[in-house]
Amino acid sequence: MELTRRSAILLGASAIFVAGLPKIGAAATGDDLIAEFTGGAEVGEGDLKLVAPEIAENGNTVPIEVSSGSAAEILVLAMGNPTPSVATFKFGKLAASRAASTRIRLAGTQDVVAIAKLEDGSFVKASSTVKVTIGGCGG
Amino acid sequence: MRKLTGAILATLLTTPVAFADPVDDTLVLNEETEIVTRTAAPDHLSDSLDEVMSGWLFRGKETRAMQADDFDNPGMIFVEQAMDSWNAVDGSEGKSCASCHDGLETMAGVKATYPKWDEAAGKVQTLQMQVNECRTERMGAEAWPYDKGNAINMEAALSSVSRGLPVNVAIDGPAKETWEQGKDMYYTRTGQLELSCANCHEDNYGNMIRADHLSQGQINGFPVYRLKNTKLNGSHSRFKGCIRDTRAETYKPGSPEFIALELYVTSRGNGLSVEGPSIRN
Amino acid sequence: MASGVKPRVKVPKSAAAGEAITIKTLISHKMESGQRKDSDGNIIPRSIINRFTCDFNGENVVDVELAPAISTNPYFEFEALVPEAGEFKFTWYDDDGSVYETSKKIAIG
Repeated sequence: MELTRRSAILLGASAIFVAGLPKIGAAATGDDLIAEFTGGAEVGEGDLKLVAPEIAENGNTVPIEVSSGSAAEILVLAMGNPTPSVATFKFGKLAASRAASTRIRLAGTQDVVAIAKLEDGSFVKASSTVKVTIGGCGG
Repeated sequence: MRKLTGAILATLLTTPVAFADPVDDTLVLNEETEIVTRTAAPDHLSDSLDEVMSGWLFRGKETRAMQADDFDNPGMIFVEQAMDSWNAVDGSEGKSCASCHDGLETMAGVKATYPKWDEAAGKVQTLQMQVNECRTERMGAEAWPYDKGNAINMEAALSSVSRGLPVNVAIDGPAKETWEQGKDMYYTRTGQLELSCANCHEDNYGNMIRADHLSQGQINGFPVYRLKNTKLNGSHSRFKGCIRDTRAETYKPGSPEFIALELYVTSRGNGLSVEGPSIRN
Repeated sequence: MASGVKPRVKVPKSAAAGEAITIKTLISHKMESGQRKDSDGNIIPRSIINRFTCDFNGENVVDVELAPAISTNPYFEFEALVPEAGEFKFTWYDDDGSVYETSKKIAIG
């Protein structure tokens, strides 16, 4: 198509319009999700442990464990997945520990990140790089 | 051609050190049943192997742990589904498996002896074929498709009650001919890659094949829950995948060729414990 | 309701009052991610368990929000306090609106 002055202006206007819209439908990045969880608060390090295998035999089923002494909530993200959300654990009054294990899907080698909201309202982060191997024959 | 095959094989089977070796670990199920995962090779293998090893020894720590506890083992979900069908009446005769056999636990030891010669049928039968014989001959029900849902779940359930017992299939007598056929298949190179079962699983177990560990290809752990497809997989389906990967036309699950190969490959694990449903990659 | 969904939980039969116990849960569910395509190239719609909760005598133990990155047959392990005899209630919420529940009693002793 030939770009006339008029259509260029229209294009520019629509671009501004699109950029001004909230990101509905667009995949949130891991950083977006962290910002949403923390409300933009600073994230330190400390009372949070993330255990994940160094090498996952298969990205379909990767066992992980998060634990903390004083977390009220723990957000888990797979930063390299098409949608980084994995899970959010909220610990209730009868949780004997602020720890949980589950099995997750990883699309490839990447960082798994956990962010905990501690009881004092502060946030801490732990992360672990998991190598996802590409199998042999795979049968 | 031979040279080319050698080159392809060398690329497939790069050998980075001890990393790929079988681990030194012991499998105890539910903190009570010790599983034999390595033992002296059966006599018929004395020329080729000293020791036979379960594929469990070639898996990572997390995968090994997942199999050690029935709750953690997702394969047991399908065993539970099979237990429902064990008790469910099906077919024109108004019978369930339990009508003749009582509880599933009465089948302990059965899996360890299959495939085996069936006098009435005049051929070697696999456990799935035996189940289908019960269904069609005694229950008046339809046969289950080979290696699919109900059939593989039932094989896993029957295997689960034999776990810890030694695999012990007969290779002599009337089964010998079928066993010989399976053995020929095992050592015959197939496909554009010209690979036999033995090239990988006898000559190169403990080496890496791309990023994975090559095991001895034992099938004492079948049916296996594979992390890759998160369901139970039968040995015939696995054979099919291997043969396809040699770039060959493959056989169908339940075919006479795979029955023979199942008998032969099972016999290579005589002495290992029945392990299915196991967890593999 | 998605087919073949079956919850399993592992809870000790008894505990001392105030004891911390380990609970394991697993539900058979395909956890269709919404990222996969069928053989015709069409996206297979997302169908997952999106929330799991465990409560004891009406008090919450854990409340988990699940995304499609949770593996097929979702598995959780966590610890609960047992202040008195009672019943654990486990609830899984499916995208399609189905709710799967199971419960386990625990005695003190």
